[in-house]
Amino acid sequence: MNSMKVINKKNILILIVIIVFYAVAQALINNGTINNFYEITLATICINIILAVSLNLVTGFTGQFSLGHAGFMSIGAYVGALINMEMNSTSGFLAGILAGAAAAAIVGILIGIPTLRLKGDYLAIATLGMAEIIRVVFLNMDDITNGAAGLNGIPRFTNWMWLFIFTALTIILINNFVHSSYGRACISIREDEIAAESMGVNTTMYKVMAFAIGAFFAGIAGALYSSYFYFIKPSIFGFMKSIDILVIVVFGGMGSITGSVIAAVVLAVLTTFLQSYSELRMIIYALLLIVIMIFRPQGLMGTKEITDLFKIVKKNEKNQ
Amino acid sequence: MNQFLQQLVNGISLGSIYALVALGYTMVYGIIKLINFAHGDVYMVGAYVGFAVTTYAGIGFIPALIISMLSCALLGIVIEKVAYKPLRNSARIAILITAIGVSLLLEYVMMYFVGAEVRSYPKLLDDSVLKFGNIIINIQQIYIVFTAIALMLLLQFVVKNTKIGKAMRAVSADRDAAQLMGIRVDSTISFTFAIGSALAGAGGVLVGIYYNSIDPLMGMMPGLKAFVAAVFGGIGSIPGAMIGGLSIGILETLVSGYGNSMYRDAAVFAFLIIILILKPSGILGKNTKEKV
Amino acid sequence: MPLLSADKLTKSFGGLTAVSDASMDIEKGELVGLIGPNGAGKTTFFNILTGVYAPTSGSIKLEVDGTVKDITGFKPYNITKSGVARTFQNIRLFKDLTVLDNIRIAMHQNIKYSLPSAFLRSNNFYYEEERLVKEAEELLDIFNLTDKKNELAKNLPYGEQRHLEIVRAMATRPVLLLLDEPAAGMNPMETDNLTKTIAKIREEFNLTILLIEHDMSLVMKICQRIYVLDYGTMIAEGSPSEIKNSKRVIEAYLGEDVRYA
Repeated sequence: MNSMKVINKKNILILIVIIVFYAVAQALINNGTINNFYEITLATICINIILAVSLNLVTGFTGQFSLGHAGFMSIGAYVGALINMEMNSTSGFLAGILAGAAAAAIVGILIGIPTLRLKGDYLAIATLGMAEIIRVVFLNMDDITNGAAGLNGIPRFTNWMWLFIFTALTIILINNFVHSSYGRACISIREDEIAAESMGVNTTMYKVMAFAIGAFFAGIAGALYSSYFYFIKPSIFGFMKSIDILVIVVFGGMGSITGSVIAAVVLAVLTTFLQSYSELRMIIYALLLIVIMIFRPQGLMGTKEITDLFKIVKKNEKNQ
Repeated sequence: MNQFLQQLVNGISLGSIYALVALGYTMVYGIIKLINFAHGDVYMVGAYVGFAVTTYAGIGFIPALIISMLSCALLGIVIEKVAYKPLRNSARIAILITAIGVSLLLEYVMMYFVGAEVRSYPKLLDDSVLKFGNIIINIQQIYIVFTAIALMLLLQFVVKNTKIGKAMRAVSADRDAAQLMGIRVDSTISFTFAIGSALAGAGGVLVGIYYNSIDPLMGMMPGLKAFVAAVFGGIGSIPGAMIGGLSIGILETLVSGYGNSMYRDAAVFAFLIIILILKPSGILGKNTKEKV
Repeated sequence: MPLLSADKLTKSFGGLTAVSDASMDIEKGELVGLIGPNGAGKTTFFNILTGVYAPTSGSIKLEVDGTVKDITGFKPYNITKSGVARTFQNIRLFKDLTVLDNIRIAMHQNIKYSLPSAFLRSNNFYYEEERLVKEAEELLDIFNLTDKKNELAKNLPYGEQRHLEIVRAMATRPVLLLLDEPAAGMNPMETDNLTKTIAKIREEFNLTILLIEHDMSLVMKICQRIYVLDYGTMIAEGSPSEIKNSKRVIEAYLGEDVRYA
């Protein structure tokens, strides 16, 4: 038996794909194919992937319908921005991300413990309310957050490299989690909470765990956002932002990380093209939601991942 | 004390509008177990219909109210038939997301056609004021409260004393059993949407008059608050929605009057979360637990 | 000291008392049956034992590793952790997951890698995951389900779904297995098959079993001792032949009029 299982064929392959992907995009940025305008789209894609994959853990895998993900994002954004502005260095930027993520996770635990005993629509509305409360609190902490006007002049450290690193980390870590025994415990809650509890799964604990992990990564996304766009204010992180993230998760498929990634890319590209018609964009979003739910409620990918595709190909090869 | 009574008066008039909207939530939830996120936007459409017919056709309050209610009833039926009915047997989460989609659709289609700007509502009602000591009551407020009460009594009558009301109660108690008893479930659900939406339309006209301004996103917050009201009263209960609406209205004006009006919305949601945790079935709701 | 002793359990829902003063002792290695007419409170009693309901009064004690533990009012997952596993009357598999995942979820409480190693995929993660699959396959072998391990649970035929529920319960490594009407909806052949399997797992795993069952013949055939519940109270306890001839039991099942018939 191999003593170092971590170094296996699959993991090496994944590493190579990641490095190649990064290098190609970096080269395109360097030679100007991806200009400043498209770089914003690229940043939006990365941030939305982090948000969607983390919400997918809560809603798609654990089955806890949350309409408050933007609230956690805002915590990461504010905490990250404040530390970043104070220290104004790369280490400050990284410390801000970490602190923002940790703060979001802690709030996630505090919110999760009372609300996660609610189910379905009630949970949705409670998480929505929680996010609104967070927003109102930021709005009223004038001394620190500058109220409705928001924080301006946040130093920009977020670049393609950091965006890529954090996006890749999010995908890998959350993918690892959902494919571990802990992740299966979360999935069992989605499937049948009563049966899960009878199989020894402490459902409350795992719901809160999923919620906290989701909040942690949303916090990272928020901190990256604040340091990329220089500027944040409470109204950015309202109900509509939570819906935006949910649309990505639903469109990609609840329970599919691949789906969230694809949907984040497709919707960001769509948004870029419809930039000057914001109402039309929202109408298309709305129709997309309704049509998907009626005709393909499982989303693009259902609960399938890209790796399942390889498995099917392999199986077919064997059969031939 | 005067300040308190004044806020109470304001709270009751605002709360009676919430109550009208909350009734729609509670009826729809009672019958198909859906938080109809689009309900707040039906209310917005109601406000715009009222605005259009009074501004461009120059008609009075009562006919405007009726036209708005009828249009919203129709809109409610169409929404149910097109968006919700195909999903009646799907997962709850699917239909909830659809409702969010319908809500966005109504908001932005309206914005596409009328623009995002705030419009001021025509003066439809006498707005002279009555003074009782230091307490000021606007005649409009009296109109609003009475219109709301009249509509609620009408609804209570329909639900308790008519055949269709009986059908509604039967379908909400057990859809399959109702179907087996020969009740036409589809048309009963349509009717429920029609009534709920008509009440929301009336609420829209009243709120337009009360705040004197409307915009395409006006339904979002009041919609959510009306839902909070329905939950507080006990979802599925008509008197509960009335009590809930009034309580939320009063809570809101008290927080604005005594504390910080910026915390108004947060207070409503904090209240919701406390209710959901302490008594999720609301004050007049029934407790249900999944059978093992 | 019995393995499980339920002492004077009472459960009321508002004004309705579903179970009142019901006691039960189960010795190690026994196969005990619980029967009673419809609505007698069998499932409620079962749900108290498994922690779905907390009893209004009374206590439940369980012997764990030689010491007696009071598990009254424990949450279901804690009761499972203490060594009591269950199946459900109306099958509650994770039906959109594979057979293997159903088993692995039940094994979660015994995994030996930490949350950080799950995130970072340490060597330990890979070894433990391999062990899980191996142990799951061993369990599935008993019911000849191994070659179906990658099927979705919902695609199994009814009888196999019932079997899978039992395997899943056993994957939690219980000392006491509670089966809630395992033969419900089965045809005589499937029931016969089930009877054999129950006997087999009991021997092989040294299990103690409590069985709720409607199918009288099954209970009479395999149980060593039977409790009878009627209107929420235990009206009789004894060997199958004692129960068969108990007047109170016959009355409870057929109504008092039977005397005059």
